[in-house]
Amino acid sequence: MNKAGIREQGSGISGPRPATLGSGLGLGFFLIAFWGLFLRDLRVLTREFHTFLLRVGMQPLLFLFVFTFILPRMGGGNPIAVGGGADFGTILLPGLMAVAIMFSGIAAVALPLSSEFGITREIDDRVMCPLPLWAVALEKVCFSALQSIIAALLVIPMAYYIPAVPVRADVHNWFLLALVLVLASLLAGSLGLVIGSTVNPKQIGLIFSIIVVPITFLGCVYYPWARLDKIPWLQIGVLFNPIVYMSEGLRASVTPGIAHMPWWAILVALVFFTAALGKWGLRGFLGRVLS
Amino acid sequence: MSLLIVEIEALTKVYESRLRVVAVDGIDLELTQGEIFGLLGPNGAGKTTTISIATTRTLPTSGTVRIAGIDVVQHPAHARRHIGVVPQFNTLDRSLTVYENLYFHCRYFGFSHSQAKARALELLGQFMLSERKGMYPAQLSGGLAQRVQIARAIAHRPTVLFLDEPSAGLDPQSRMAMWSAVEGLRSEGITVLLTTHYMEEAESLSDRLAIIDYGKVLALGTPEKLKQTFGAQTIFDLKLKAQDGLESLVAAVKTLPDVTGAEITGDGLRVVAANSDGLLPILVQAAAGHGLRDLTVTEPSLETVFIQLTGRDLRE
Repeated sequence: MNKAGIREQGSGISGPRPATLGSGLGLGFFLIAFWGLFLRDLRVLTREFHTFLLRVGMQPLLFLFVFTFILPRMGGGNPIAVGGGADFGTILLPGLMAVAIMFSGIAAVALPLSSEFGITREIDDRVMCPLPLWAVALEKVCFSALQSIIAALLVIPMAYYIPAVPVRADVHNWFLLALVLVLASLLAGSLGLVIGSTVNPKQIGLIFSIIVVPITFLGCVYYPWARLDKIPWLQIGVLFNPIVYMSEGLRASVTPGIAHMPWWAILVALVFFTAALGKWGLRGFLGRVLS
Repeated sequence: MSLLIVEIEALTKVYESRLRVVAVDGIDLELTQGEIFGLLGPNGAGKTTTISIATTRTLPTSGTVRIAGIDVVQHPAHARRHIGVVPQFNTLDRSLTVYENLYFHCRYFGFSHSQAKARALELLGQFMLSERKGMYPAQLSGGLAQRVQIARAIAHRPTVLFLDEPSAGLDPQSRMAMWSAVEGLRSEGITVLLTTHYMEEAESLSDRLAIIDYGKVLALGTPEKLKQTFGAQTIFDLKLKAQDGLESLVAAVKTLPDVTGAEITGDGLRVVAANSDGLLPILVQAAAGHGLRDLTVTEPSLETVFIQLTGRDLRE
């Protein structure tokens, strides 16, 4: 059948189609559809920007306030304050950025996806967009990465103003910081995709308790990986935890004065986990939308 | 020459699990430009699976579907540009207003900001939704939500619109409004494929329809042609005052031309005839001696055709 013939007939349908629809099957058309999805997410985010800021800001705010403002003021006799040390704020900054990135990735991908796949089936309209299904999933991950980056950057001013002892942030490799931020955010989005597309909406709360919270606490967020040398089995064990590389990557780029893993190992691990989780999440996503 | 918009060839879908289910079992269909085509069948007949395959959301086990000449399995993203879908359930974007649902749908399909805005406003007017443009889907009644879904489905000017059980769960008034919205699409030249298990819906909306059950097409044609081909019958229900001696009346009626059956009912007589022309006065005359009080004539319907073909009721 003649495609041009159909288009000719199609143009008889009231009103013109946009010019881009006639431009064939190219990458350009996919990008335009992808951009449309991104704009939609941006609209929803900006409408609820206040709640977004509260959601991503509250946890690091309170964490810094309690551990770096209240406890140190309780005096040197306080065991918790001593345990953290004077540099605790500096150790905490990259860790809290990593947590912000991860929670934001999960909140932006896993939670909406799990309800869209479940009761509402809202995903159907986006699945019917004129772009490959993997691109619909990729858009979700990319948009969540944007939110993760905002969430992470939000931690920096807090860490400057709240702690009693000033934080010693020292960024001299901006390129590494940007790279780590982007990779860590994509990793968090991929993790969100895995959870959102494989977990039953009813069990999403359980997943927080048995996966999200443990990988955060064991993710070298509150302590640098190098200091785990006193507990070798744990130091090796946490290498399977992707959050470790997010924390360590930010430590290497934001507070290089604190002991951290070599940057190349961090980047390799971030790329590896992003690819592996992305692939797993995509398989789950396709399985949910295509029967 | 009329263009083929939807071509379904030897389509099958088998779900292999603990229980092997053949949902679609060799369906062939062709829809031409501008027609409204109905897929009529009971629940579980394979209607929704057929639509899911045609709209790229389910992969067939074998067979092909082409939309506007494009193979939906080979080029799903490309095919989707020609497809509009109104699914069985409300899938409106809950985070967006009615206007934004239409606007962003247009953006997904490559409309610019001003094109999308103009199209969304045009559709709000066309579907009488302008006053509700700022409402969220959760605030809409079932009928209104369905109207927004139809507006959204045709927003990118698809070549073919798929409506899956469009009136399921709607009150009669909303159903009528939905029907007139679908009728209104005729003037736009959009080809429509709808599934339904409501006789009246299939009969009043479809130019042609296919009756399907157990994943197979049992009959295909215009509603009139189906009724003729499958010998749908006219039914005369006569209410009689005097119930005595009805046996002789039954015997007499059975000898009349075109009458295929007659039986005694609780309050009179039921006569089934292949052709009702000229039969009415004869029946009235014959029943006069028994005190005819009332007479109801049921015209041939798809319901009788369906029962004849499948041996079961549509609503089973």
